[in-house]
Amino acid sequence: MTCTEFLALLDDLIDDSVSAETRAELEQHMRGCEHCEVTLNTTRKTIEIYRSHEIYDLPPNLRERLHAAIMARCKKGC
Amino acid sequence: MATIQSIAGENEQHPDVALVARVRAGDVSAYDTLVRKYDRQVFRIAQHITQNREDAEDVMQDAFLKAYEKLDQFQGNSKFYTWLVRIAVNESLMRLRKRRTGKMVSIDEDIETEEGSVPRDLADWAPDPEQNYSQSELAEILRKTIQGLPQGFRIVFVLRDVEGLSTEETAETLGLSIPAVKSRLLRARLQLRERLSRYFRRKKGPKEMGVEK
Repeated sequence: MTCTEFLALLDDLIDDSVSAETRAELEQHMRGCEHCEVTLNTTRKTIEIYRSHEIYDLPPNLRERLHAAIMARCKKGC
Repeated sequence: MATIQSIAGENEQHPDVALVARVRAGDVSAYDTLVRKYDRQVFRIAQHITQNREDAEDVMQDAFLKAYEKLDQFQGNSKFYTWLVRIAVNESLMRLRKRRTGKMVSIDEDIETEEGSVPRDLADWAPDPEQNYSQSELAEILRKTIQGLPQGFRIVFVLRDVEGLSTEETAETLGLSIPAVKSRLLRARLQLRERLSRYFRRKKGPKEMGVEK
């Protein structure tokens, strides 16, 4: 397996949607290729960081204001 | 057409189905519950697309009002959440169009199509690299980094990886094919990783930097 082939399957590997056979090939490639191993680990970390950190949070007072505005208009039949 | 029996026969009914039915029957408080359940997600998606807080506030209100008005058109065959996300994405794109008066805005904007153009920073990252930054510094890094992605990559990444939609739901929401979503997702992930490497790569110790004589 080449690095290009590895990269093409990276998402499937991350999303756990590869067959056992393909997974074994990918793992074998990684054992001999530190670059691809780093790419896999840091891409996983990238996703995890974006998932676990709120970068656009909705402050409680703004949330309540928007919520009140939405519900007031819904109650009037919009 | 789905009958009541066939819907009830589904082994798991999503709790939103009952809430939607109550709203349709005139119970506004059930809509209140739906808004509280999904307002953060809608606000976040709107911020990611418009990159403007005031626009995101407007989009959030407009999206929930539009969903309320159009609830009769909601087909039970998709999830209420993905249906709502589609409305929020469309409202966000409309808001961008207004802001850029006349200029067409689409999720295809800025997409380069050449294959294999993703560069690779091959340096490994420090363990738990986010701990080298304060919460506010980290949020700023993450915002700046994702804002630099082309719009069409950013939306796919946000829906798929941040908001947890499936590939199929993301494709349906954005009107893209499944291969298009997959290809954009891979590029988005790799580009974000590449850009974050600048902040998170393992710092070289004095020995490796050749400082020690």
